Amino acid sequence: MAPTYFNEMYQDGAIRAPYAGLETWQRNMPDELRNLKQAEAEDLFRRIGITFAVYGEGGDPDRLIPFDMFPRVFTNREWSRLSRGVKQRARALNAFLADVYDRGEIVRAGRIPAKLVYQNEAYEKAVVGIKPPRSVFSHIVGIDLVRTGPEDFFVLEDNCRTPSGVSYMLENREIMMRMFPSLFRENRIEPVESYPEVLRRTLASVAPQKCEGEPTVVILTPGHFNSAYYEHSFLADMMGVELVEGQDLYVEGDYCWMRTTEGPRRVDVIYRRIDDAFIDPLCFRPDSMLGVPGLMNVYRSGGVAIASAPGAGVADDKAIYTHVPEMVRFYLGETPILNNVPTWQCAKADDCKYVLENLKDIVVKEVHGSGGYGMLIGPRATKSEIELFAAKIRENPGNYIAQPTLALSTCPTFVDQGIAPRHVDLRPYCLVGEQVELVPGGLTRVALKEGSLVVNSSQGGGVKDTWVLAE
Amino acid sequence: MLSRTADNLFWMGRYLERAETMARLLHVGARMNLIPDTVDGFRSEWVSILHASGTYAAFEKKYGEPVERNLVTHLFFDRENPSSVAACIATARENARIVRTALSAPVWDALNGAYQELKGLERTPRSEISISALTEWTARHHALASGALQGTLLRNDGYDFVNLGINLERADNTARFLDVKYYVLLPDTGFVGSGLDNVQWQTLLRGMQMHRAFHWAYGGEITAAKIADLLILNPACPRSLLTAVEESAAHLDRIARAYGKTGPAQDAARGLLTELSQTRLDEVFEEGLHDFLDRFKGKVADIGTCVSETYLNGAAA
Repeated sequence: MAPTYFNEMYQDGAIRAPYAGLETWQRNMPDELRNLKQAEAEDLFRRIGITFAVYGEGGDPDRLIPFDMFPRVFTNREWSRLSRGVKQRARALNAFLADVYDRGEIVRAGRIPAKLVYQNEAYEKAVVGIKPPRSVFSHIVGIDLVRTGPEDFFVLEDNCRTPSGVSYMLENREIMMRMFPSLFRENRIEPVESYPEVLRRTLASVAPQKCEGEPTVVILTPGHFNSAYYEHSFLADMMGVELVEGQDLYVEGDYCWMRTTEGPRRVDVIYRRIDDAFIDPLCFRPDSMLGVPGLMNVYRSGGVAIASAPGAGVADDKAIYTHVPEMVRFYLGETPILNNVPTWQCAKADDCKYVLENLKDIVVKEVHGSGGYGMLIGPRATKSEIELFAAKIRENPGNYIAQPTLALSTCPTFVDQGIAPRHVDLRPYCLVGEQVELVPGGLTRVALKEGSLVVNSSQGGGVKDTWVLAE
Repeated sequence: MLSRTADNLFWMGRYLERAETMARLLHVGARMNLIPDTVDGFRSEWVSILHASGTYAAFEKKYGEPVERNLVTHLFFDRENPSSVAACIATARENARIVRTALSAPVWDALNGAYQELKGLERTPRSEISISALTEWTARHHALASGALQGTLLRNDGYDFVNLGINLERADNTARFLDVKYYVLLPDTGFVGSGLDNVQWQTLLRGMQMHRAFHWAYGGEITAAKIADLLILNPACPRSLLTAVEESAAHLDRIARAYGKTGPAQDAARGLLTELSQTRLDEVFEEGLHDFLDRFKGKVADIGTCVSETYLNGAAA
């Protein structure tokens, strides 16, 4: 039986209200104009320099992520529920992190198995006992959402470390406003441009107590060869803070300093865009050239704040994921607003048995995988691919989880033949500091291949501007 | 400002300037090539251009005979030659990309735009591009980037480091340009003062887009002495050694004022400026133009070293 998908624009032959403003726009756009605009958009992206290098694929390091001009739209009512749900989840995830690096009440209460937390690869023993300012561990939480019906949203995964892509949210909007100003006059669209300012405020709000005066915030990047370098420099620019590499920082006394043309300057908050393992070669990977030797000591003694904290990844692990609704109830005493996708954990014998029997119908992911790598999409896999994957699961069941193939919603998308529905997901970026804030928008990723359900840019996905309509 | 940021800005300026110089050298070479020569046929002119660009050895190793097509490849397109126009633009753009936070959007736009167009040029069949088109293309993008730099960049220390790079490079490059004459004449000094000698001087003037300025400033007959005066000692000439050193010293002084501290880089620049402004043209020729230029290039390099050690390496204050 062919699954039916929720089309966000057309329902039973009628146009859903949020998309009404786009109907005439697309009807009045002849092919030539569309091609012209598409070329203009691509040119703008290249000029701005937003490019994306895919790891391990070689080829053009200046490859663009395809931009689709057809916007994705939410009503204010839809968004307000999503927004409450995302913020709730971000608060619960932070409460969980503060707990598991402290007394571990949730484990003592038997709500989450100890093994899952303390033997997790992402659990950093070096962080135990550290109390970061405002008890925030994950300051930027990216929640990946999918939709299957008018009211049906599911969380696909949480990203508590350094979720990327927010520069696309901002630049997609800039480019749409530049190319189609009339759309923004005719539709009342909530702006997203305050994001960098909110981010700066959030980071400044978690400066360590030892910081005197206005905190010095920096972004720590692995360097200009990193695929997300554009985003790092874009955010630094928009926030008006320095973009530093490990070599620009050093530790002396109880503080972290950066090398400037006028001598050393103290750094208070580091928004790091490098992985835990590379932060401090004295504490983690000794061969890391990207980090700052001794940084963890300064962090531990409250000389500097690190966002997100090392070890924050234990909260977004795919095996922990199933327990997030439980965290919402346990720490916040609230009912989860957003649901999880039902998930089978291959670590459990019963679940594993079910997964192995139903591989052709479900999606299997590695617990620590990301970027759409190392996963099996049953309905699209060949028999031999399934057999290979089954062998991998039997070998190390704990490394895998499985989910039903979701009927991801579709949104109209410009394709070679005109306009056609393509599957989409959504990543909003929640900021956690003194307050928990979410700008009205996010990154919509779209699977450009017909029928494809994989939206990752590393797998040929594209991006769209995401609108939230004002009331 | 981060030391590394200052370093990237400095080198962005240097490579931007060098790209234009290389394109102009290519233009001069092509033009000299059109002038009948009695010494060695076309060969000596191209060799002199290669000497002036400082890449003679690398060229000979890779290509051998200096035929025009190889020279265009080497001086314009070859990214393996770090001083080719393509490599300079790519490096300037990469430096800019690293420090985009310190640049205005128009500056980035100009450099990135040049780089994107360069990739188009690289795909164009060579038979469809003339040398003069390549030179004009480079000059146009250089002008766009310079205009954006002067017109839109915040005038803080970053602005000074970019301009310091541009002016130190320019001082070095003008000296190299003047040295082309030395290499052209190397085999036989009997041509000094001859008609051919003057034609070559004029070609240099044209190559630097200075022939109109020359007539405004000096008038009358074109002589080697006047041209040397224009390009070495004339404070009104934007590309003269004196102007380039004066600008470098001024930007170093601004940095010293902003940081409330003066150092060896300022001393070195002031020293060279004082020396140049007290130099007379006959003293230059007395020392020998080539030797004078060599010594000058060495002093410019010393200033660069002081700048690196004081500001760009991140030494603790």
